[in-house]
Amino acid sequence: MEARILSEHYAKDEYIGLAGYKKYDGYKQLEEAFKKQPSEIIQMVKDSGLRGRGGAGFPTGTKWSFLPDNGEERYLLCNADEGEPGTFKDRWMMERAPHQLIEGMIISAFATKCQKGYIYIRGEYKYVADIMEKAIQEAYDDGLLGKNILGSGFDFDLDIYLGAGAYICGEETGLISSLEGLKGQPKLKPPFPAVQGYLKKPSIVNNVETLASVIYILRDGVDGYRKFGTERSAGTKIFSVSGDVQKPGNYEVPLGYSLKQLIEEECGGLKPGRKLKAVIPGGSSAPVLTADEAYSVGMDYESLQSVGSMLGSGAVIIMDDTRCMVDLLDVILHFYHHESCGQCTPCREGTGWIHKIGRKIVKGEARLQDIDLMETVAKNMMGKTICALSDAAALPTISFVQKFRDEFEFFVREGRSKVKGQTYAQVHG
Amino acid sequence: MFSLKEERVAIIKKELERYETRRSAIIPALYQVQEEHGWISSEAIDYLANLMDIPVADIQEVFSFYTMFNKKECGKYHLQVCTNVSCAMARSRELKDYICQKLGVKAGEVTSDGKFSVSQVECLGSCDTAPVMQSNFDYHENLNEAKIDQIIDSLRAK
Repeated sequence: MEARILSEHYAKDEYIGLAGYKKYDGYKQLEEAFKKQPSEIIQMVKDSGLRGRGGAGFPTGTKWSFLPDNGEERYLLCNADEGEPGTFKDRWMMERAPHQLIEGMIISAFATKCQKGYIYIRGEYKYVADIMEKAIQEAYDDGLLGKNILGSGFDFDLDIYLGAGAYICGEETGLISSLEGLKGQPKLKPPFPAVQGYLKKPSIVNNVETLASVIYILRDGVDGYRKFGTERSAGTKIFSVSGDVQKPGNYEVPLGYSLKQLIEEECGGLKPGRKLKAVIPGGSSAPVLTADEAYSVGMDYESLQSVGSMLGSGAVIIMDDTRCMVDLLDVILHFYHHESCGQCTPCREGTGWIHKIGRKIVKGEARLQDIDLMETVAKNMMGKTICALSDAAALPTISFVQKFRDEFEFFVREGRSKVKGQTYAQVHG
Repeated sequence: MFSLKEERVAIIKKELERYETRRSAIIPALYQVQEEHGWISSEAIDYLANLMDIPVADIQEVFSFYTMFNKKECGKYHLQVCTNVSCAMARSRELKDYICQKLGVKAGEVTSDGKFSVSQVECLGSCDTAPVMQSNFDYHENLNEAKIDQIIDSLRAK
């Protein structure tokens, strides 16, 4: 069953504007926040068990508490550079409830004592940035942003920054580089952004969904928030489901929700006569699950980890029995090769090599050994780079090859897809 | 000689003051150029360097890194077809070929009337309505051949 905490009012058009948002208790938790000490709010977020909803799943309250207490100015940066293939939830959230994000950001900024914030939105979402810009103006006009917000004595300025097409800017230090007017290349950690982030000042980078969730931790209290989810994966999560289901879309369910139920109930099951073959449970960087694994797993951080995959951004891509896994891995590898920022050798070269080998396989030019070579190269790309993009390319590669080796071997031997029965040229020209 | 409309120059000057560092205005300035000219030439970069008092190399670095900045001339309507996983599963690669064939161009080329260009792009964050493309910044969702015919006809008539 869906559990609409964040998305309760998203169907209502009036919720987009300030008046409509306020009608449904919008900005009420901001008033409540100002009655508390910032440290109390940080403690509540810690106790709530909220984990980053952008992909890494790092505990939000812990991230906040890394900020040094040295009186330096601080920045709160919202990561709205939603680029993980399969993910379209942040777009939905900003489109349907721009004020929810603003309220979540003001509360979070108050808790972390940040006086300036930016929402970094991917360039392709220009119309979403326009919606956000309008909402920010409404908030300024209403005294919800700027100096002495609601008479609290707290000042917070919020602005938007539009990216220009680079997956890597969704990595928090890549995002910071981009905001600073540089190439969006990630930076070596430590120092972590909380210590030295934007312009070397302490900065917190949180995802859209994470920041919005803070409102409901305040509203429902720690115990109320924890009513949903599991011990280590608290609360609800919006899953973006796409691929071979009857009703693709965004669904907010409690963490730990059965993937089988998500597919069969919320998404209306597979198309008639089709059987489940595989699921990518957390965006294209997450190792693929076989149908058996998918049908028995819960959608929470630890359950997905226990089957060797990850929750990631919550992008669920469903593949039925008509899908050729060799072809789909080729699509995925094209993406990572294209998006590698090029500064670390294992990633820059590795993404190129595994993509090239994948191409050889689909073109029917590979030898059986090349399948092993692809796996070996992928394994050597892991844990050796500044950011996780290299691992993000390696993980699907290894899992596709290991779990669907027969399809790869068939393609090499026969020069055509085991599933489609045709060569790549016959299917894609 | 490269030039930019006065109002765009004014916007760029405002952007230079908007952020903590002037460099942050590079992306917004490049967008201003692209909106007016459709792409960004090396003359445009020299022009911006002069206008913004930022080294050419710094602007060049940003320009070359981000895929949304067009490196060569594009059509009035730049059709960007997503060919990532969910869209590929919904036949977007075939539809990209269909568009190219219909317009008589290859990906990266401009039609002779200057109206259209086509490119293949990565995930546009609209996977539930796959296959998807953007015409400049506008989303076109749940595409098929008939819908593409309709979109191209209406853009051509504009």
